[in-house]
Amino acid sequence: MISRRHFLQASIASSFIFNSMGINNSAKVMAQQQISENNLLDFKSFGNITIMHITDIHGQLKPLYFREPDINLGVGNVLGKPPHITGKEFLRYFNIPIKSADAYSLSSEGFSNLAKTYGKMGGLDRIATVVKSIRSEKPNALLLDGGDTWQGSYTALKTNGMDMVKAFNLLGVNAMTSHWEFTLGIERVMELVENHLNFPFLGANIFDTEWDERAFEPYTFTEQNGKKIAIIGQAFPYMPIANPSWMFPGLSFGIREKNIQNIVNEVKSKNADLVVLLSHNGFDVDRQLASRTQGIDIIFCGHTHDALPTPIIENKTLLIASGSNGKFLSRIDLNVDKGIKDFKFKLIPIFSDVISSDKEMDNLIKEERKPFLSILKEEIGETESVLYRRGNFNGTWDDLICNAIIDERGADIALSPGFRWGPSLIPGSKITVEDIYNATAMSYPKVYLTEMTGNMLKIILEDVADNLFNPDPYYQQGGDMVRVGGMGYKIDINKSQGNRISEMTMLKTGDRIEPEKNYKVGGWASVNESTEGPPVWDLVEKYIRRKKIIQIEKNNSVKVITG
Amino acid sequence: MKISRRNIVVLGVSAFSASLLPFNLLAQSDGQSAEDIIKEFTGGANIGSGDIMLTTPEIAENGNTVPISVESKKATAIKILALGNPGPDVVTFKFGPLSATRSASTRIRLRKTQDVLAIAKLEDGSFIQDIKKVKVTIGGCGG
Repeated sequence: MISRRHFLQASIASSFIFNSMGINNSAKVMAQQQISENNLLDFKSFGNITIMHITDIHGQLKPLYFREPDINLGVGNVLGKPPHITGKEFLRYFNIPIKSADAYSLSSEGFSNLAKTYGKMGGLDRIATVVKSIRSEKPNALLLDGGDTWQGSYTALKTNGMDMVKAFNLLGVNAMTSHWEFTLGIERVMELVENHLNFPFLGANIFDTEWDERAFEPYTFTEQNGKKIAIIGQAFPYMPIANPSWMFPGLSFGIREKNIQNIVNEVKSKNADLVVLLSHNGFDVDRQLASRTQGIDIIFCGHTHDALPTPIIENKTLLIASGSNGKFLSRIDLNVDKGIKDFKFKLIPIFSDVISSDKEMDNLIKEERKPFLSILKEEIGETESVLYRRGNFNGTWDDLICNAIIDERGADIALSPGFRWGPSLIPGSKITVEDIYNATAMSYPKVYLTEMTGNMLKIILEDVADNLFNPDPYYQQGGDMVRVGGMGYKIDINKSQGNRISEMTMLKTGDRIEPEKNYKVGGWASVNESTEGPPVWDLVEKYIRRKKIIQIEKNNSVKVITG
Repeated sequence: MKISRRNIVVLGVSAFSASLLPFNLLAQSDGQSAEDIIKEFTGGANIGSGDIMLTTPEIAENGNTVPISVESKKATAIKILALGNPGPDVVTFKFGPLSATRSASTRIRLRKTQDVLAIAKLEDGSFIQDIKKVKVTIGGCGG
């Protein structure tokens, strides 16, 4: 394991004078200004405003492994730009030495081996230590949560998000926005927001469908050192499309660019010194939004789970991507006087072997887990392969889930949605009940079995591919490609919808998929209310119990054309 | 079990797909093509761009009822066309001299991913347009 000293040297900090910067290609320069800090908690205090950001924690209270994607393709204007670079290319771009702590936390490069060296990351008790330390110096420092907080673990599922609400109240969050929160159902969301949450639940882009009136607070004001900060919340725009709309009937979302501009103008007319968008749009949507609006000083990005060691600047707006699952906390100190004069930024990696545990938060976590502990810890099997989810086309967790669906339900073809949440397991790990739920826990888990024609399968693949690879980010939904078991295909990401997918093939026989022929298709997470079948975690548990040792072969079933 | 195209909406990955729903708007538009409808509205005049703003969602949450709004300060009439519907003629708003604002909003049905076109006739008799693409998708995999 790494020493405290190594850890401190590993963390990247960047600072520069805002006005002297070019708008373009700033990121690389910033990363090269890597400095060693004497102490993680000794971020040289700076300016008159401090803001912390965490996002996409997905119910994870405890430290974990999380492998970043090795493929995350960008199309159109974002081709080859962060976050659409991975592995060695990512390390080169940000000037990060291979095998370093930063290489481990920020890329997939050497993940399984480095995991043994650097250990788990995250844990809300560790995050609490960092937050308290920053606030001991900057008592009014803001802490913003980008959402996807109340879903993703066994305990979040069983407590209907209450464990996370309690933990985030204790953490002292100042405002949040949302996405998966709504999959708890609108009644539960309202109950938590109105009766339990100690801070605003912001959603400037959430309206009721009948009267087109605001359904949630759009923004909140706060002050630091006499400077007025407007925090505007932007929930996931494609909520009723990507997730089951029957769980939150009567709500409409959307990007609503004009609405955001109007609100920015409104808060400026109320003398905001700093305008912050707390967003769950996804990085590319935020970048485009920044390029097409005026007056947003900072966008704290979420949804697409990207972790970037430096802010990206677009049209004078700082874009900050703080990763997911508690791996990082972003800190930005700003000197604000009628706009940002300069700033200092650090993506603080939460190495759980190095950062001490906060007693108070640790107690809360223990208390929340206690009723479920014996279930959580039960070992079902073991994995010889690294199990991870992130990547555009497949990940070993979804390979495992697809194999389980094919075996347990007798399907020809299995579909698993391109979610981006779900921690990783390193080779040699026991697979516990908790691990299975970490990859599957959500409120519409039923595994359906149905028949689809080859034509229908193609329509589905084309539809999802366009949600990922449409060159205009406003038409993307921010998930990855639906994972397919039992069938291979070729995808040309730069073609238009209807023309990307070809060579659909049954892997078992090598036969081409026939357009008019029916295939038995199993899958989970259907957004339709009347879906029938066993919950996916039961099915996966049964499969792992039977196999005992999990070994995932390299998946070459998707041929990707990028040129 | 054999499922029909319509059943897939219920069974599969899909929340909804308007492109799979059979309906026919031809009756509402007498089968006129978009070209004919535009010609009838403009009398064949050139259509420029300018002070007209059509607002639509980028991706429809429900293709059966897509909220749109349009604004053009000097308009006497604004015509909306859904270019990918069997009957593209949706509505024409007319504004008199006493109209407080030259804006209107409504909800329209979109059969599939398509462009929505708004053409304004201005007080000086000239025409301007704005066009927006609205995607109608199966969805279901975000996250």
